[in-house]
Amino acid sequence: MPERKLRILIAKPGLDGHDRGAKVVARALRDAGMEVIYTGLRQTPESIVETAIQEDVDAIGLSILSGAHNHLFKKVIELLNNEGANDIPIFGGGIVPEEDIPYLKHIGVKKIFGPGTNTEDIVAYIKEMTNK
Amino acid sequence: MISSIDELIQKMISGDKRALGKIITLMEENSSSSAYIISQIYALTGKAYIVGITGPPGSGKSSIVDKLVSCYRNENLKVGVIAIDPTSPFTGGAILGDRIRMKSHYTDRDVFIRSMATRGNLGGLSRATSDAIKALDAFGSDIIIVETVGAGQIEVDIVKVADTVIVISVPGMGDIIQTLKAGIMEIGDIFAVNKADLDGVEKCILEIKMMLELSENKNGWIHPIVKTFGNRDDGANELYEAIKNHRKYLLESGHHEKKKIMRGKADLINILQNLFIKNLYDVISEEEMEEFGKKIANREKDPYEIIEEIIPRLKKFL
Repeated sequence: MPERKLRILIAKPGLDGHDRGAKVVARALRDAGMEVIYTGLRQTPESIVETAIQEDVDAIGLSILSGAHNHLFKKVIELLNNEGANDIPIFGGGIVPEEDIPYLKHIGVKKIFGPGTNTEDIVAYIKEMTNK
Repeated sequence: MISSIDELIQKMISGDKRALGKIITLMEENSSSSAYIISQIYALTGKAYIVGITGPPGSGKSSIVDKLVSCYRNENLKVGVIAIDPTSPFTGGAILGDRIRMKSHYTDRDVFIRSMATRGNLGGLSRATSDAIKALDAFGSDIIIVETVGAGQIEVDIVKVADTVIVISVPGMGDIIQTLKAGIMEIGDIFAVNKADLDGVEKCILEIKMMLELSENKNGWIHPIVKTFGNRDDGANELYEAIKNHRKYLLESGHHEKKKIMRGKADLINILQNLFIKNLYDVISEEEMEEFGKKIANREKDPYEIIEEIIPRLKKFL
């Protein structure tokens, strides 16, 4: 029986201007044998949650540079709850100040990967997290 | 949160998107789940109309799908989309990015978009595509649009699942010899020349016309050639009308019945082929295959010799 194929949504909520980091992560996950659903810039929390459900992903990765992380993560988690899909784990990356991380973890974000993170660490973390 | 397959099937039939998403995953993962699910839903399928979109990478397939979805939504029809992208032959991974062009429909409750990776399948679709179409059908989609991988010359399997096949061309991709070659240009019911604001569009249309004039028109359908634009709606409306006309033609001429029988046959052969390959790997391990590869490479044995050895071991499946 071959290993189950992991499907990961990489999305950028809000008004960020570029998505280079998200693309680097998407590419790294692809090279680790995962299927990456990539939805590009300026997604709303609603569209992210709908996509996660339709694509039946194993995890959602949100990249946020704008500073609106506290609001956006919370909103996505709320919507997942409403849809009965709060079993889909969320991780994040981008520019998130250290002092905001405890709050994000408290509301249910599994992990925040800051600038300079090695992509191999992200791959390893996702494999471990989804290996329920 | 883990529901049994039967529970998922019931939820899917009653319109639950999460259940549909999970059902398609099961179908992709494992052909025996597919067999069970199909057995439970088959009676509910056969209602949706299936439109196939194919064409070279970057020709604008996803953008055209996006515009067609809008046309169907204007008529308040429930739409399913399956968009296929390639799996890496080296890592098994994939970037599924067709949704990016379909943003306007993300939160529409009556549009369900699913990206699928080819997972080693040739022909432009994935193994589970035809099963996923049936799931979307049982879910209650009126229209199912299937977008193939960016196609070359031989990715023609779409013709085995779709009622209407649209082949998208773009100006400047080659001379008339390309349209004369066998393969993808033979499978179109409708031709769309996309990016029709680019230079060379009239030449492209002329070449398709000449190709069509040279081929024998057995069934009386006159293939429309439609100009489309990624950033404008006018061409898309014309394309939408062309699909409607083709559907009408299929029903009135009786070709729809023939097409359905052809599809039934193709489905069967496809499942048998996949079953055979799966059984092959159950009998012969990856390591043993590697050993055979070595023997073939250093001329110890030829491939046909090895097949003679393998065949008796496969007998129990035949």
